[in-house]
Amino acid sequence: MQKIVERAKELLADGTVNRVLGWKKGDMCFNPEPAFFETAEDLDENFVYGGFCGANLSKYMIDASKLEGKTLVLLKPCDTYSFNQLINEHRVDREKAYIIGVGCKGKLNIETIKQSGVKGILNITENGDMLNIETLYGNTEMKYSDALLERCHVCKGKEHKIYDELIGESQDTSDRERFAEVEKIEKMSPEEKFAFFQKELSKCIRCNACRNVCPACSCRKCVFDSTKFDSSQKANTDSFEEKMFHIIRAFHVAGRCTDCGECSRVCPQGIPLHLFNRKFIKDINEFYGEYQAGADVDAKGPLTEYTFGDCEPSIVKERG
Amino acid sequence: MKKIAKSNLSALFAKINETKDLYVPVKNGEQVNFAAYSEEAEVDLTALKTVKSPKDAFFPQSENLYTCFNEQGKISITPEELQDKDFVVFGMKACDIKGIEVLDKVFLSEPVDSFYAARRQHGIIVGLACDKPEESCFCTVFGINPAEPTADVAVYDDEDFLYWNALTEKGNALTETLCDLLEDADNTAVENKKKEITAIAEKLPYANLSLEGWNGDALTEKFDSPIWEELYKPCLACGTCTFSCPTCQCYDIKDYNTGNGIKRYRCWDSCMYSDFTMMAHGNNRTSQMQRFRQRFMHKLVYFPANNDGMYSCVGCGRCVDKCPQNLNIVKVIKAFEKGGKA
Ligand code: SF4
Ligand code: SF4
Ligand code: SF4
Ligand code: SF4
Repeated sequence: MQKIVERAKELLADGTVNRVLGWKKGDMCFNPEPAFFETAEDLDENFVYGGFCGANLSKYMIDASKLEGKTLVLLKPCDTYSFNQLINEHRVDREKAYIIGVGCKGKLNIETIKQSGVKGILNITENGDMLNIETLYGNTEMKYSDALLERCHVCKGKEHKIYDELIGESQDTSDRERFAEVEKIEKMSPEEKFAFFQKELSKCIRCNACRNVCPACSCRKCVFDSTKFDSSQKANTDSFEEKMFHIIRAFHVAGRCTDCGECSRVCPQGIPLHLFNRKFIKDINEFYGEYQAGADVDAKGPLTEYTFGDCEPSIVKERG
Repeated sequence: MKKIAKSNLSALFAKINETKDLYVPVKNGEQVNFAAYSEEAEVDLTALKTVKSPKDAFFPQSENLYTCFNEQGKISITPEELQDKDFVVFGMKACDIKGIEVLDKVFLSEPVDSFYAARRQHGIIVGLACDKPEESCFCTVFGINPAEPTADVAVYDDEDFLYWNALTEKGNALTETLCDLLEDADNTAVENKKKEITAIAEKLPYANLSLEGWNGDALTEKFDSPIWEELYKPCLACGTCTFSCPTCQCYDIKDYNTGNGIKRYRCWDSCMYSDFTMMAHGNNRTSQMQRFRQRFMHKLVYFPANNDGMYSCVGCGRCVDKCPQNLNIVKVIKAFEKGGKA
């Protein structure tokens, strides 16, 4: 972390960048927040980079691209896919970013820790492969690898896909099959599938956190925020509307979603939103050839490009 | 003081449910939220805080107000019926109950909101003392005692028993209907429990949070502060904080097109949203900074200014737990105490 701070201060001092987009210490060890820094003092005093810095900063670069001068942005390996995708869609300006690819050995999910039954957390410290957890009700510990975000269990690898320089070591933390959950659902009967999604989506409180955090949801005005749209918009007035938001969103990010995992990270109701997107990714891989959004900044999206190898619409019938 | 063996709780719930609607904390996946009781529901009294506050029971996230139906040019209007059946909300915490007091100020003052008033009239609150307060709790800062929920009935979870203490007329009447299931108990267990809770509450990390300077008179000073510019930036403008909050009370009224008419409904709205209070001329808060500022100014300045000093935050800590980017009211209060970064 100190290396990042030192380098950021250099880049601020020599005028390469006007500000730094990173994470600021929280008032608890597990609640850092995304933040902009403009001075060396601010960096020294408030900057943090650690296990709880899961937030993907790419999307903040849409606004930062409009600011004077360059912004130094810190991206983890998986965040760089989102950034590439945003360049590809002309939503961020590459010239306005100075990217430091920061090392990542998997990010922690405070919800996972709490769900394991830990209450009243006061402090969490890393101790090799373990987390020492201090609580109001005594101390406990947990394996670092058991407290990871879902997306880290299906890590896309330790390589940064775009950067100006790299600081720190990364690790591939994947220990689960990326499409295993999707395959399980594919095997369900239509009734079971419906019941599964009904159960999950009926928890939705339409807070829009999944949409607002999503780097692929970068429309200036979302159709669901339009006052002219003849739907119930902010509320789930009936069980169809409840699902419509999610279905439309999933279709709209299909082929562009990098599977960055932010939607599932932020959902207060723990809805496994990544399953929708992964189903699309899996189908795209099968029908249009292996494709990872954001892996290549110049890639043509499989759903926006036509090739003779594309599947025919009749595929719908064939698959039943 | 009465008590009931926890192993017998389903009988208690079933008994209440015979004559009244019953809302209890129900686990669905890893999340617990208040929901209608049923035999199959996984009732979870150990979860301290439900994701959504139980304010839904009195002020639902979405409710119909009336329906218009067009039949060959003849339009009929059917108003939604008011709540006329008694219901019990079982297991509300002290902070959430105080949250209802906040809502009362809004919906029961003139012009009275008839939908809310009917629910308040028919609602019976069974408050559950907080067994294990958590790090994000700061109710005591607002003078709330987690060991003494100001409900119709206060209940205490102690090992194998649930202790039951009716506090109001409504509470006594409910107790009456359950007399076959409740047995007499002495106060010892409950007194010890209260001491235990109080001892933990004093040790909470936010127990000493200071509200100095936050009051109805601080309007211009707080409103004009440059600190908001620093604070709002990471905010996603989602509604997580407002929709999980027990005191957020803003709503929107909209029409849902049913094809041959409309359903006029109201639903929670969030001051964090760009279309909040959208009018023909546009929106009166044009930037996210202004919208972010609104939420906290309302809780800590405007509300006390209009309600004899009562804050409209009850320190439940939900926004602390749930904000996807880790912003929250505690950080706002602390940032002002520090005077911003500079
Ligand atoms: S974050 Fe979760 S609760 Fe919020 S709108 Fe998305 S799915 Fe619904
Ligand atoms: S403060 Fe947090 S929860 Fe509230 S709108 Fe902003 S990002 Fe969402
Ligand atoms: S502002 Fe936050 S802490 Fe206060 S009552 Fe609302 S959710 Fe709870
Ligand atoms: S804020 Fe207070 S009343 Fe609310 S859950 Fe925590 S300890 Fe209980």
